[in-house]
Amino acid sequence: MATFHFDFVGPERTLYSGEVEAVQIPGTEGEMTVLPGHAPVLTTLKVGVITVTEKAGSGKRIYVQGGFADIGPNAVTVLAERAAPIEEVNPAMIDKEIEAAELARDATEDLEKREQLNGQIVQLREAKHVLGAN
Amino acid sequence: MPSLKDLRNRITSVKSTQKITKAMQMVAAAKLRRAQNAAESGRPYAEKMSATLGNLAANLVGGVGAPKLLSGTGEDKTHLLVVCTADRGLCGAFNSSIARLAARHARKLQGEGKTVKIFTVGKKGYDMLRRQFRSEIIENIDIRGTKPVDYAFASEIADKILGRFDAGEFDVATLFYSQFKSVISQVPTAQKLIPAELPSTDGKTSTGASADAAMEFEPSEEAILTTLLPKNLTVQVYKALLENAASEQGSRMSAMDSATRNAGEMIKKQTQIYNRTRQAMITKELIEIISGAEAL
Repeated sequence: MATFHFDFVGPERTLYSGEVEAVQIPGTEGEMTVLPGHAPVLTTLKVGVITVTEKAGSGKRIYVQGGFADIGPNAVTVLAERAAPIEEVNPAMIDKEIEAAELARDATEDLEKREQLNGQIVQLREAKHVLGAN
Repeated sequence: MPSLKDLRNRITSVKSTQKITKAMQMVAAAKLRRAQNAAESGRPYAEKMSATLGNLAANLVGGVGAPKLLSGTGEDKTHLLVVCTADRGLCGAFNSSIARLAARHARKLQGEGKTVKIFTVGKKGYDMLRRQFRSEIIENIDIRGTKPVDYAFASEIADKILGRFDAGEFDVATLFYSQFKSVISQVPTAQKLIPAELPSTDGKTSTGASADAAMEFEPSEEAILTTLLPKNLTVQVYKALLENAASEQGSRMSAMDSATRNAGEMIKKQTQIYNRTRQAMITKELIEIISGAEAL
């Protein structure tokens, strides 16, 4: 099967770079799977898991917390501020994040900010659910 | 004429100073390598980020509704100078050249009748600017100890800048740091942060699609731009901090190298004086003994 180039870049280092067959990306507007020859899209990411398929049956899963993906016909680049291989993440860690976000939400008076943090908490809960299902 | 003991003491003290500067040079060399590696591995992210932003902005520039971070507030009255220096001295002209550039910039702006606010990162820059711009400095963050700079620290600084921008405290932000050219050359640089300066694209995106081809945006173009611009600010600050870290160590390395060499020269000179004095004293004693014997 055809492949394309996938780069996964964090601010401090490049986390993944290589030829892959497919990548599943948690876009803000919904999950999407990118195959070679995809139309150019720029999307922001929500909290979730990126699934990289190197070839049938082998691949990698990476946990991301926000960022964005630049998708083109022969390359995909994901820029994420915070990411970790899935083995290094556990639901307890996400629980902590949720707690921190909830505290921040209750501390602020700004309605817009509350709304934003609420969205974050929902995303984190979803991510925890995905992780828990493993 | 100093006594032999004085000379001996002086030589020992220079020797121990030389040992310290030599050790500092070697430590700086090791840290420089680490700082350079960090700068190297942070580069892809910064490059991809500015390429993407360049693409986005190219489609939007001039258009109404461009975020303020990109287009500016439309005014040019209050300037924020973000001055990044190190926490420690003994690194040649590194800190003072950044502070001097910032001070000159601030004076020029004040001469034009604009309000200047200063935000210092690093203790040394704060110490230097405090004397001239006591009332202008609005905030100071120290770089925490010897820990290498990380992204979280950069985002802490960027959040503070953004918070002040959102509160309408300034119109234009400029970042001052030292660009690392080589071990012997670090160039103090001023860089516009807000409104964001973006590289012009050559019509090609990193993913191989041409820029003018219809690109889809999820959610909307504006929404992406609004989330991306603050991130870009963090990346710029992070890049400046990394460059600064490398510059600091490089500057310290060459400063300590020349200090070690100077100490070596001084030891040589002092030893020569010591030997000559010693010899003169022996000769004098001999003459005294001989002339005493002859008198008998």
